[in-house]
Amino acid sequence: MILARQLTKRFGELTAVDGIDFEVAKGEAFGFLGPNGAGKTSTMRMIGGVSPVTSGLLTIFGLDPAKHGPTIRARLGVVPQADTLDMELTVRENLMIYSRYFDLSWREGARRADELLEFVQLNERAKDKVDELSGGMKRRLTIARALINSPELLLLDEPTTGLDPQARHLVWDRLYRLKQRGVTLVLTTHYMDEAEQLCDRLVVMDKARIAAEGSPRELIDRYSTREVLELRFPIDDQPAIDGQLNDLAERVEVLPDRVLLYTGDGDEAIAAVHRRGLRPETALVRRSTLEDVFLRLTGRSLID
Amino acid sequence: MSLMAGTLHVVEYNALVFRRIWRGSIAVSFFTPLFFLAAMGLGLGGLVNRSSGGVNGVPYLDFLAPGLIAAACMQTAAVEAMYPILAKIMWDKTYEAALATPVTIPDLIRGEVTWITIRMFIVATMFWIVMYLFGVGHSLEALLAIPASIVTGLAFATPIIAFSARRRNDSGFAAINRFVIIPLYLLGGTFFPIAKLPLALQVVAWATPLAHGVALTRGVVLGNISAPEAVLHVLVPLVYFAGGLLLARAAFLQRLAK
Repeated sequence: MILARQLTKRFGELTAVDGIDFEVAKGEAFGFLGPNGAGKTSTMRMIGGVSPVTSGLLTIFGLDPAKHGPTIRARLGVVPQADTLDMELTVRENLMIYSRYFDLSWREGARRADELLEFVQLNERAKDKVDELSGGMKRRLTIARALINSPELLLLDEPTTGLDPQARHLVWDRLYRLKQRGVTLVLTTHYMDEAEQLCDRLVVMDKARIAAEGSPRELIDRYSTREVLELRFPIDDQPAIDGQLNDLAERVEVLPDRVLLYTGDGDEAIAAVHRRGLRPETALVRRSTLEDVFLRLTGRSLID
Repeated sequence: MSLMAGTLHVVEYNALVFRRIWRGSIAVSFFTPLFFLAAMGLGLGGLVNRSSGGVNGVPYLDFLAPGLIAAACMQTAAVEAMYPILAKIMWDKTYEAALATPVTIPDLIRGEVTWITIRMFIVATMFWIVMYLFGVGHSLEALLAIPASIVTGLAFATPIIAFSARRRNDSGFAAINRFVIIPLYLLGGTFFPIAKLPLALQVVAWATPLAHGVALTRGVVLGNISAPEAVLHVLVPLVYFAGGLLLARAAFLQRLAK
């Protein structure tokens, strides 16, 4: 579906995307994981055929976006980072006018609008102004709008940023259903749980480059340990801890507010910490996540 | 998607938004000329006619009304090309949404210009009806005032769209009104002949599209314009229109296709 080789985007002096390679296959859910400013949105805008490629190769459906922008966009759905819904129009009108942009008849647009409002559970709000919707509802409406042309490929730029947990789960559920119907999903996120929930495969982006690529499981196996022991010490003691734990785990990360011990067996590590006579305020054993992968690859947290 | 389809859908968007306010808008388009022609044409005109026997050999109302149609189209074009365009680029992100579909930047520009043309058509037609009710322009050629005034407005539409597309906030719009639209409205030949201005200002006035648009519209209503004059008065606004179109395209590309 998508092929990128040495894909590069520059804005004047700034290199937003620096020679990245990736492929997305039909039916796959593919993610770009990375902090703000890593180049995720620039990559998405190039795939969407809105932003011209500076250099390198990019094809979508085997077509060059510089030459076949409208043809590509006819088969794409786009959920942008900031909602671009029309506040002057009603919920249903937003879908109707969008169907016209795809050159569907008013009748067909109306049919699809009603069907999609059902799908995103907004049918009771059809006649309301967009202004009156909650953040989660606006997001769902944006997703419905992106589906009006029955796209083969759906691009989602941070689909659940800013939503409360309940609203996020509803969005995830709808995206999962789309995936099951065979829609290819490409999304960016800086939430590791989102990437783990939705993505078959992902790339970790940092500073305009791809730092690693694989399935969430593969990445965790390759770059982290099975378990992580999180220790919190009284703030004043934390500097003194530095160095005392290094031999208790495969790897130790000292963060401003806690210490992470990467180990195959978290409970054993706790016992070892106690044997040293150290008394952390809290100790938590958890499984490794993509957050740990990111920390390992870049030395920084995903969300500052 | 065909060339026409993209343009049509951008027009449809504007029509969908306009649907909420059309009654008020059309009422304003009727009552504004009614008050203007009553006050300036009959009231002030009465004084002018008594003291100097009209202007250029016709009663003041006949001189004023067609000029006002051209000026009204200029104002309509300016209003529609300022806030609405910047809002769609920057605040409402209407264009960002549209550009994620097969709609292209040239579609957006063609669609907006077509929509402004439709708005001017409504304004000019209402104005023409009022003028007719006041007893001016009772000839078939006088209907040409409608296309003539639209040509006048188009000369402002595209350059102002280009200007708006480069704004980061709305502060430039007051300047356009203060330094372009209002001075032209007052001094561009609508209320009195340009020949009465100091020579330097006459030169400036004739370099603007409004002076030509007013002369064209007045000429077709009064039926006293020669073919070469008409050609000149059409050409000057069209040059502004074409130049504005190129600038608007460049500005849109720079702003929306980063």
